[in-house]
Amino acid sequence: MSAEQSPKIVIVDESPIRAAILEEGLREAGYTSVVRISEMQSLLARIYALDPDIIVIDLENPSRDILEQMFQVSRAVRRPVAMFVDQSDTASIQASVDAGVSAYIVDGLKKERMKSILDLCVSRFNAFAKLQDELDRTKMALEERKVIDRAKGILMKLKGLTEEEAYVLMRSTAMREKKKIGEIAQSILTASELLK
Amino acid sequence: MTTPLHIGFIPLVDAAALIVAVDKGFCAEEGLDVALVREVSWSNVRDKLNIGLFDAAHLLAPVAIASSLGLGHVKVPITAPFNLGINGNAITVSPTLHAAIMAEIDGHPFDPMVTARALARVVAKRRRAGAEPLTFGMTFPFSTHNYQLRFWMAAGGVDPDEDVHLVVLPPPYMVDSISNGHVDAFCVGAPWNSIAVDHGVGHILHFVSDILVRAAEKVLAIRQSWAEKNPAVVAALVRANTRAAEFIEEPANRAEAARILAQPDRIGVGADVIQRTLDGRLKISPDGAIRESARYLLVGREAATRPDPVQAAWLYAQMARWGQTAVSAEALRTAMGVFRPDLYDEALGKQGGAAAPPRAIGAFAGPIFDPEDIKGYLASFDIPRPTR
Repeated sequence: MSAEQSPKIVIVDESPIRAAILEEGLREAGYTSVVRISEMQSLLARIYALDPDIIVIDLENPSRDILEQMFQVSRAVRRPVAMFVDQSDTASIQASVDAGVSAYIVDGLKKERMKSILDLCVSRFNAFAKLQDELDRTKMALEERKVIDRAKGILMKLKGLTEEEAYVLMRSTAMREKKKIGEIAQSILTASELLK
Repeated sequence: MTTPLHIGFIPLVDAAALIVAVDKGFCAEEGLDVALVREVSWSNVRDKLNIGLFDAAHLLAPVAIASSLGLGHVKVPITAPFNLGINGNAITVSPTLHAAIMAEIDGHPFDPMVTARALARVVAKRRRAGAEPLTFGMTFPFSTHNYQLRFWMAAGGVDPDEDVHLVVLPPPYMVDSISNGHVDAFCVGAPWNSIAVDHGVGHILHFVSDILVRAAEKVLAIRQSWAEKNPAVVAALVRANTRAAEFIEEPANRAEAARILAQPDRIGVGADVIQRTLDGRLKISPDGAIRESARYLLVGREAATRPDPVQAAWLYAQMARWGQTAVSAEALRTAMGVFRPDLYDEALGKQGGAAAPPRAIGAFAGPIFDPEDIKGYLASFDIPRPTR
């Protein structure tokens, strides 16, 4: 795809990581003209200055309402239309809302082209959500390990157990009570705080 | 057997009836299992309602009409069987603009004609001095706030499209924007005006009830196709919301209602700020001056909950006045048909409906609004727009 043909895409996203992931995906697919906006101040003026063919914005961004102003008779040169303009394609609309992304296209851009760009945005947004989810889980696991270590320490001190015995005690208690070992460890910490 | 429902809302005090209906269990008693979903933009609420992710939503009355007419977006017919609020907005100005208006004022500062004319003189002075035009924030192109600001300033001779900038701002950004000078004033619902005053960055210049005695604000919006298929659910929703609106209006319940609304996953601001709004007792100036009004926000009194098609016609007329649409008899019928007092009456088992409220609009300027003669009504204003 030549640079001349490549539509100008603006990504409006306060999450710089997600915006970078999206930009990378678009560039890999041959869309070379991509601009990221993460600062919401004077958003409309910046968009008018850039004069993009497509605007991609995340659904968690309150600034979506600011973009709605573009639909008004305004001083803007070109009038965009919404992604949701084609009601026949409900599956793709549903997919984009589920992924948390929305797009506005300017009149004149071919529908098929828009669809391929939107599909790409949806898959990148989903990839980001997955990454975020994994990160959250890793963080939680780390937190849990810290809690277990501290609970082990308390048991070793109070009951004169070795590290392994303390761990086995927590694990067997967890199994008996059908709870996670992290929850048992947390109860030990809470109890020891209370009994201080 | 309960019916699961997803209902979207924006954290604003005029979502009060809906939130209380759910959190006080009134919906559950009607057999509805409602999950309230807090949203960040009107665009999201509209789109999620349109594509069926929401069964119903707290929605700007003009968005319900615009969606039914296909203005600015996809055409999805909407039904509004319940009115979530009358009035409730205010115009807040920065301390600098407040001082400038007060220096030009010739009459009572609560009289909107007096302030609008003062604003016109401020605008003229700025133009002579070569200053940037004033910027006013409002919440959405199809919003009561947009039309209320325009109605007010146009009456004083300020052309909202030529003499000032009107910009859309999400309500949570209003306070920051007036504080950093991005806007000089804004029109928004509660609690944002009070928060600007509390932060010392704004003065409440007008309650919208100064401009329009009775103006429909938000509605409980439902897709028409869905409403037709689920009449019993619609009726149950109307009953639960009516009960909540009546609960909120009982002075003895106000503190409890404010506490429910203040929850972090609901409106998420201090209960005291919310109660000020419900009581119509607002701090209007950073120096602590209080202004009371029995008309600030009507949730359940004065038949506020019953949709009034004349209100829809007025909003449609504003869209036409400011060039968002052309006047057509068919579109007017469609707009008025969005507001459904018949569904409301049916749900509550009322015969023939409640007595009509005394004044549908009660604007401070212009002729008495007549839905039968919108062209005549529009022709009477000094700042007309060619309709498309």
